[in-house]
Amino acid sequence: MSEARTHIFQRLRAVPRPEVDTTGRDYVPIYDWDRAERIKRFTERMQAVRAEVHHSDRDSWLNLLADLCKAKGLTNLLVSPHTEWGQAIYQQVGEFPTLQDYDRAIEAWKHEMFYNIDASLTSTVGGIAETGSLILWPTEQEPRIMSLVPPVHFAILDTQHLYTTFAEAMQEQDWLNQGMPTNALLISGPSKSADIAQVLAYGVHGPKELVVILI
Amino acid sequence: MAKPSEFRIQVDQALGKTEVRAHFRKAMDTLMTNRRNQFPDNAELQRLRDQAQVIRANALSKLPELLEQLESNLTRNGIHVHWAETTDEANDIVLKIMQKHNATWMIKGKSMVSEEMGLNHFLESKGIEALESDLGEFIIQLDGETPSHIIMPAIHKSKEQIAQLFNEKFPDIPYTEDVDTLTRTARDILREKFYNAPVGLSGVNFAVAETGTLCLVENEGNGRMSTTIPPVHIAVTGIEKVVEKLSDIPPLLSILPRSATGQPITTYFNMISSPRKKGEKDGPEEVHLVLLDNGRSRIYSDPELLATLRCIRCGACINHCPVYVRIGGHSYGTVYPGPIGTILEPQKSGLKVHGELVQASSLCGACGEVCPVRIPIPSIINRLRYEGVRQDGGSALDAGSKRKPLEAITWKAWSWAASHPSVYNLGSTVATQVRNLVPHNLGAWTSVRTAPAVADKTLHQQLKALGVDHE
Repeated sequence: MSEARTHIFQRLRAVPRPEVDTTGRDYVPIYDWDRAERIKRFTERMQAVRAEVHHSDRDSWLNLLADLCKAKGLTNLLVSPHTEWGQAIYQQVGEFPTLQDYDRAIEAWKHEMFYNIDASLTSTVGGIAETGSLILWPTEQEPRIMSLVPPVHFAILDTQHLYTTFAEAMQEQDWLNQGMPTNALLISGPSKSADIAQVLAYGVHGPKELVVILI
Repeated sequence: MAKPSEFRIQVDQALGKTEVRAHFRKAMDTLMTNRRNQFPDNAELQRLRDQAQVIRANALSKLPELLEQLESNLTRNGIHVHWAETTDEANDIVLKIMQKHNATWMIKGKSMVSEEMGLNHFLESKGIEALESDLGEFIIQLDGETPSHIIMPAIHKSKEQIAQLFNEKFPDIPYTEDVDTLTRTARDILREKFYNAPVGLSGVNFAVAETGTLCLVENEGNGRMSTTIPPVHIAVTGIEKVVEKLSDIPPLLSILPRSATGQPITTYFNMISSPRKKGEKDGPEEVHLVLLDNGRSRIYSDPELLATLRCIRCGACINHCPVYVRIGGHSYGTVYPGPIGTILEPQKSGLKVHGELVQASSLCGACGEVCPVRIPIPSIINRLRYEGVRQDGGSALDAGSKRKPLEAITWKAWSWAASHPSVYNLGSTVATQVRNLVPHNLGAWTSVRTAPAVADKTLHQQLKALGVDHE
């Protein structure tokens, strides 16, 4: 154990520490939103920060995605063939720009990832209506960089997993007992900054566009 | 007359910059309006403040246990934990990690603790470059400046100044004042840096003891880049940033960005619990956390001053401070400016160095009213003023160092006179009679004001004339 650690703990332990009354610490639900209301709120919040939100369903999302890829002039799309959504996309390969799987460690194709990938598509583990946020738990199939480096990020959200608040999402999905992943993320719009004279600019370091497809 | 202090000189200079002052006024007005709009329901705001206060106070009351739990969970998750009593020790830890990897430079996400450490400067002296990647930090680093605000570091700079700066530093890129174009320029330059960086450094907003999770709040994505792309990630934070439970995070995340910039949430909330695991295809192979004390454990020892450590660094007190808006961040000459700096810096560096800052307050109370974790900043300012002049020890660093013999005797005499009515009455009566002898020139006071006039009758005499029986 380091000396610094010992000294810090000695000082902290030397102090009488009265217990704090923790009344009011726990989450109290304040909204009574049904699914339609949650979708409406989520959409409003996302659009307020210039994210695109498309309301779709299991029958039509593939066509919608194909149209969006065409409209944006994408030449390739980074998408895993191993997710529910990815499988469907790979089955209609002709409808889409060149599909690319994140099938190697980043070191093997970093340059291509940084400079050649136009867009990515990932699944999400849920959404939050109150703040307009997507919840992502990157996996081996859909690693962390997928939602970070490509200039356009498509995310699919099954509205069954659209929660009212972050606290509810955490509770309902039992994050504590599941164990936290290497990286868990909330994403609430495309990357932005107001560091230059408080003027809002989008696409600073992360994706310039966030496109959410609600199923 | 005594030589004016560095602080006074800086304040004087700042007050002379009319354009910058107008810029700050506008920026702070916007931030205050944005915050207000985020809390339309006052009852809900107060409930959330109570909740955030309890969460932070509870964490502090269990601080040693939670730090142990955090350390053990992080270690189990594969994150290396380091302890530093001083900023020198923290800098050395970072340097050793850099040397171990033969790293000659690093890319940084925004971190106020790294500012506290003077890390960039230290690494530079060792031949290592630390490149800032937060847009505001990147801008001020280009100009060799320090942040003037803890969440909007380049808030003192106008669009035109930034355009000029970019033109100077990147002459190949055509001059533009278009914010989108300037932003894209920074993006392109820094992308290449992220691509190559051997080490990334970040701060931490909250550290969860229960799970061993480091949480980062940001808008730009540079925090995610710094913690995801380079093979080594070093996080630096103060020992007070720990919270007990995972369920403590949503309320803090709810109140932090709303209080800070008036956003419902930031673009990214990044929760890191381990380095890259086997089979994972990206993320750093090595993650380090440096836990810095630097005076925090001393603040911890005083039950009143302890509240200082509840701070979640939102900057709301700064945005609402009538002193900050007039003198700007750089005048304070400290890492943390505004009300939080006023109470934190003298406690960390001592009242001798920064004790004057506690005078930079009108005690209007705005800081205490907006604080999301209800730190009683005005009371702590008062307390530190007392710590500065008290005779009997005290728990703040350099307590008593601001005591002046003449001032102490004057107050003692005043207090004695005020508790002896005959002396008091005699004194006030004499004062009314020599009222015309008050000099017009009373030093600094009369440089911008007329000298105060003593009334021609004492209060007692006036009340008697009105027929008020004070007995």
